[in-house]
Amino acid sequence: MTDSVISDSVLGRMYGPRGWTMLAAAAVVMLVALPVFSLAVAQTSSFHLSAYWVTLIGKIMCYAIVAIAMDLIWGYTGILSLGHGLFFALGGYAFGMYLMREIGREGQYQADLPDFMVFLDWKQLPWQWWNSDQFWWCALLALAVPGLLAYVFGYLAFRSRVKGVYFSIITQALSFAAMLLFFRNDTGFGGNNGFTDFKRVLGFSVTSPETRISLFMITAAILLGTLVLARFVVTSRFGRILTAIRDAEARVAFCGYNTLHYKLAIWTLSAVLCGIAGALYVPQVGIINPSEMSPANSIEIAIWVAVGGRGTLVGPLIGAGLVNGAKSVFTQILPEYWLFALGAIFILVTLFLPQGVVGLLAQVRKRPR
Amino acid sequence: MRKILLTLFLLAVVCARPAAALDAAAVAKLATGEGDEKTNAIAALIAEGDPRALVILEALGAGELQTAGNRVFIVKDGKATDAITGANIASIPPGAEDVVVNNRLRGVVQAALAAASLMSADRSMRLAAAKELAAGADPAVLPLVTKAFEKETDPEVRSLLAQMTATAQLKSGAPEERIAAIRTLAKSQSGNTRTILASVLETEKDDVVKAELQRSLREIDGRLAWHQRAGLAFAGISLGSILLLAALGLAITYGLMGVINMAHGELIMIGAYTTYAVQNLFRGYAPGAFDWYLAAAVPAAFCVSAIVGMVLERGVIRWLYGRPLETLLATWGISLMLIQGMRTLFGAQNVQVVNPAFMSGGIEVFSDIVLPWNRIVIIVFAFAVLAAMWLMLERTRLGLFVRGVTQNRAMASCVGVPTTRVDTWAFGLGSGIAGLAGCALSQIGNVGPDLGQSYIVDSFLVVVFGGVGQLAGTVYAALILGLTNKLLESWSGAVIAKIAVLVFIIIFIQLRPQGMFALRGRAVEAG
Repeated sequence: MTDSVISDSVLGRMYGPRGWTMLAAAAVVMLVALPVFSLAVAQTSSFHLSAYWVTLIGKIMCYAIVAIAMDLIWGYTGILSLGHGLFFALGGYAFGMYLMREIGREGQYQADLPDFMVFLDWKQLPWQWWNSDQFWWCALLALAVPGLLAYVFGYLAFRSRVKGVYFSIITQALSFAAMLLFFRNDTGFGGNNGFTDFKRVLGFSVTSPETRISLFMITAAILLGTLVLARFVVTSRFGRILTAIRDAEARVAFCGYNTLHYKLAIWTLSAVLCGIAGALYVPQVGIINPSEMSPANSIEIAIWVAVGGRGTLVGPLIGAGLVNGAKSVFTQILPEYWLFALGAIFILVTLFLPQGVVGLLAQVRKRPR
Repeated sequence: MRKILLTLFLLAVVCARPAAALDAAAVAKLATGEGDEKTNAIAALIAEGDPRALVILEALGAGELQTAGNRVFIVKDGKATDAITGANIASIPPGAEDVVVNNRLRGVVQAALAAASLMSADRSMRLAAAKELAAGADPAVLPLVTKAFEKETDPEVRSLLAQMTATAQLKSGAPEERIAAIRTLAKSQSGNTRTILASVLETEKDDVVKAELQRSLREIDGRLAWHQRAGLAFAGISLGSILLLAALGLAITYGLMGVINMAHGELIMIGAYTTYAVQNLFRGYAPGAFDWYLAAAVPAAFCVSAIVGMVLERGVIRWLYGRPLETLLATWGISLMLIQGMRTLFGAQNVQVVNPAFMSGGIEVFSDIVLPWNRIVIIVFAFAVLAAMWLMLERTRLGLFVRGVTQNRAMASCVGVPTTRVDTWAFGLGSGIAGLAGCALSQIGNVGPDLGQSYIVDSFLVVVFGGVGQLAGTVYAALILGLTNKLLESWSGAVIAKIAVLVFIIIFIQLRPQGMFALRGRAVEAG
């Protein structure tokens, strides 16, 4: 009885009973088991989750949110963005402003202004920093700035029917221009060095294990929420039109849909998700600088999605985990070979794994006995 | 260098005229006199025109002149000679003291030596001397300058001498003389006349002279502004030629073939490293022919990049035709591997590529604008490459095939064009041109593994801005972007200029997408 109610409802359309169970299991692991291993298990025990792992997994979860956002726009709508690194960094910078103000007088110069402003001999906060000591305002900015930029840029681009590779190239140019802008000291965001040396978030020390695990849990919750939201979007009518746009945009338009609105909506949503991920990333990793906006970073996001499998929602999660896990291993053991490995991933995945790891698994499962 | 010339000159003079007796009193004043006495003594010695006087002045300038009682002598390398007669002295007399030379006196000595060179028979020496004197003429040498001016026939040296006289007259002399001097100076091409006139304006009392000064200053400012504009235009064309070189290869691989090659920048980098390797080979095995290493480096850079490009086309890109987004990702992967490969081979540091002798230095168009030879050579080279590429596409069989395959692949194949082989050759051609760009870039900038990264965004924008599939569009776009960038740079600084150009292109593409969607080539089939 309950089964049929679920399967007829929105929830049922999104996942079957098995899907919901697995999602709940994941939530239990991320929100209960891992925090317990980190806080309650003794440091000497082999089950203890060290600060290194908490930060690493937290970072990868932020990347996974970006990967899901990228998958929505690339995997489902067929628009390859090379500017997602920019939206991610903008979210990070917006929240970073708040973290910089939270340092208070504990900086090197013991001044009210952030250290880099004292260093530049500025006497007061520039206008961009208005109200930046308020948590809610910076959190809002982390959503609104990437969202607005994406909305305006997307409106202009989609209205002019810029698509395919051209869209990729101009998003790359946008991200490149923003990087140059943020490298300047006069822009007011710390130039080359960006923001770092954070002390507190909402009054809690950023280095304490409790704060770290709280941030970890918030990130995990938002990641799961993103996954559910994305699933809701792609299984809805709206999502099906997106897929139709990916496969044959002209036909969708001839059927009477204004594709501009659909593309613009998913593009803006995707940018906002990146902004959230950036805002979660900065307090955990402890630094944000303009190199996050470099074209290379944005392309790397695309490869996470490609490795996992485009057009599936589990794919980006797996891809972000695999590529970034490999990156951590390589940079510790063979730092000089990481670029070879990453380059090879790019080439091999595009040549031999067009559906990614998920596609490969599905193929193996389907192969006739 | 000047010293050698001067010595040669002295030798020539010594040979021409037997040494005459020198005014011993002047020499003594020079050695033992106070302040102005010394200056006057220098003037007296110079006026005699005796070659021995020059030897004494040189020694004075170099701090080799010593005195003991009434004797004046020159000590060089531990050996002493009598200053007046030039006879050797067996041992340095006891109680010998250095003749003290302060900075002002050193200036006078140098000016005097330069003034003496004005009498040289060699034109280039006279010109060098006049230029040195013009920088800051001392009134002490003025009589000599006037004397030289009367004898001088060469127009360039004459104008410099006239300017010198005018500078001296500006400081003293009657109002009419001063006005005449101002007019002479205002016509001069030299960069420092403006400073001279401006400094005079501050102290000038006479209203008529003052008005004349202001008028002349305006005239000079106007001229300097034009010089600056000319310099800016040159810088813009130079940047444009570099963008053109970087984008020409893309105009083939992306513009004609429709392949998004993100590793294009790395093909440029490979060209630059090939130049570096060829340079090292020449340095090691043929140091005599080092100045000609570019003659070997240009074809080598073309071939190496072309071969790498063809291997990439056969190995990777071929399998992704018609899937531009996948091509983009795969070629990005290739570029990462090439960058790391170069780091492993040559190290992460920048390597040093030296200009051959004929490419260092520059042409001095105006005294404040110098056009470097390496940039001029690159501008010429860029247009030579453009011409060669145009001939290749329009006049050769391969070019015909490339255009044919681009326009209608199926039809070209039907009439017997080996389309897959043409793809490989065309991609090799575009890659080779990237190698040429790298060879050119190595002459003006740093060569490092990241070299290509800084050009990839720019070169794609040039091609997109110019209109895909159009060679002429690429040329215009490169020059327009280069000039715009430099103009904005002079007005707002380099980073803002770059951002402004990027934003401009983004907006331009939004407003004129038809420029980008000139549907030609494979884009038609893919669409």
